[in-house]
Amino acid sequence: MTGKKRQILIFLIFAASVLFAPLFLKGNYLLNVFVFVGINTMLAIALNLLLGYAGQISLGHAAFFGLGAYISGIITTRFPVDPFFVIILAAVFAGALAFVIGFPILKLKGHYLAMATLGFGIIMYIVFNETVEFTGGPSGLSGIPNLHIGSLIFDNDLNNYYLVWLFALAVMLLSINLSQSRIGRALRAINDSEVAARVMGVNARILKVQIFTVSAIISAIAGSLYAHIMTFIAPSSFGFNFSVELLTMVVIGGLGSIYGSFLGAAILTMLPEFLRVFQDFDIVIYGLMLILMTMFMPGGLISGIQKMAEFAAAKMKKKRDSDAQA
Amino acid sequence: MDISRQLFQYILSGLSNGAIYALIGFGFAMIYNATGIINFAQGEFVMLGGMLAVFFLTVLHLPIVPAIVLAILISTIVGVCFERLAIRPLQNAKPLSLIIITIGASIFIRGAAMLIWGKDTHALPAFSSNEPLYIAGATILPQHLWIFAVTVLIIIFSRIFFNYSVTGKAMRACAYNSQAAGLVGINVKNMVLLSFVISSAIGSMAGIIIAPLTMTSYDVGVMLGLKGFCAVIIGGMSSGLSTVMGGLLLGLLESLGAGFISASYKDAIAFIILLLILFVRPEGLFKKKETERF
Repeated sequence: MTGKKRQILIFLIFAASVLFAPLFLKGNYLLNVFVFVGINTMLAIALNLLLGYAGQISLGHAAFFGLGAYISGIITTRFPVDPFFVIILAAVFAGALAFVIGFPILKLKGHYLAMATLGFGIIMYIVFNETVEFTGGPSGLSGIPNLHIGSLIFDNDLNNYYLVWLFALAVMLLSINLSQSRIGRALRAINDSEVAARVMGVNARILKVQIFTVSAIISAIAGSLYAHIMTFIAPSSFGFNFSVELLTMVVIGGLGSIYGSFLGAAILTMLPEFLRVFQDFDIVIYGLMLILMTMFMPGGLISGIQKMAEFAAAKMKKKRDSDAQA
Repeated sequence: MDISRQLFQYILSGLSNGAIYALIGFGFAMIYNATGIINFAQGEFVMLGGMLAVFFLTVLHLPIVPAIVLAILISTIVGVCFERLAIRPLQNAKPLSLIIITIGASIFIRGAAMLIWGKDTHALPAFSSNEPLYIAGATILPQHLWIFAVTVLIIIFSRIFFNYSVTGKAMRACAYNSQAAGLVGINVKNMVLLSFVISSAIGSMAGIIIAPLTMTSYDVGVMLGLKGFCAVIIGGMSSGLSTVMGGLLLGLLESLGAGFISASYKDAIAFIILLLILFVRPEGLFKKKETERF
């Protein structure tokens, strides 16, 4: 089976299991958790496009998530417009902002880029907090309407599940497609060596800004969905801690791995649900996870599992060979 | 209050904050020049200094001098452990991994501080009396004088150390070219460790002297760390006078902006300055050619 066919098969199996999962989770509290796994998967993939593919870090991605949420929230609570139209508007706005700041920001590299994106994230967080007349300030914005298509209202877990996962699967498909394309290869080249990529004729500067923009658009759409599902948003969901949480998802799952992003998002969304003690310890555990994963499993869980499987297979083969010899 | 007195007041508080930013910036520059790493956990040492000093003073009821010494000592030990456990094993890692590791360490230290001391803000008592002094119509707290005095002392000591002591000169050699320094017999690994020692000690000192003025809690490290970074970026990643200038400039702009434009956007002002500097002059405002690294 060729690589491409295998990719498609894996995606189809994944999509089918996502679509049929609610049959087994009906009326279950887990269904609600999986709605948020879906949103976080979108966000983790968005960050992974930038971090895992192009090797450019962002510590301010929660800002784009918040931007999408607030644009949707502010407009739909004030004007009787179609919320789906506002989602597109939010995506365009976040994309435009990312495009504009992308040029100066992505000129920076490594640590400087990390600090600049972090600064951008904190500025946006302060704006969310201080523009009280629009955002409601620290006490939040409530009364955001649920999404609806005709008479189908997305106000229960099952509908929300399908809504979010439809978007999430689309984002996954887009990312898989992207990684197989010329642009995906160019991005990986930038990740390995920007100078070498440039010498080979890759327009690294534009390409980095483009992927940053795509990443911001996906994050903003996730933000809009989040606002309509929660019907209430507050700045604390879009701060520096959430940017770090997103980073942890990507690192745990594995840089550059789409299914890894899903795994990372699922783990980080579900852990606090199952471990009540986790509530207070979460930040300590995220910190430890980041350190330990980077030190001992730099490829993330997915490649760690693969390596372990390969190691076990090699060991078994060796044993079989020595048995055969004896 | 007339405008000039108000202005004087803003300048005074701006300069004292700026001195703190400069000290934190020193810590960044020290580690950056020794290893090429921007230590995202730098702000956490500032937090540790303040929180540990509060802990020793108010919970264990130690006198102020041993409390401060112990606080600096323990923060420094944390810095050493961090270098030994997380930085040294990853010498040839990509910058991305190093960024992620130092961020991980930063939120780990912050989370641990939250678990140990809770989420409350604490005030450290002022070092000497709390009676404000009046100079030219503006009020100045004795703690402001402490901040200026400690900052000046640390700057003088570090100049003497880096220019006249063998160890200091060895550290400078490592900063210019660690391979060449290794060739002439300098133990580069020890110099890296030493840079972590000095930067966590200076960072925690900064946290202790600012704590009586601004209060302290488990999460002050992020903001202070970022502003220190801003100072050192303005200063062009040196731990010399240009970073002091950078810190003072940042403190002044921030204080004047908060006073005359909007207090609620005080923090945003610092980060807008940071972004502008990074976009326009990432090599620093004062940097002409190759500035002194230490």
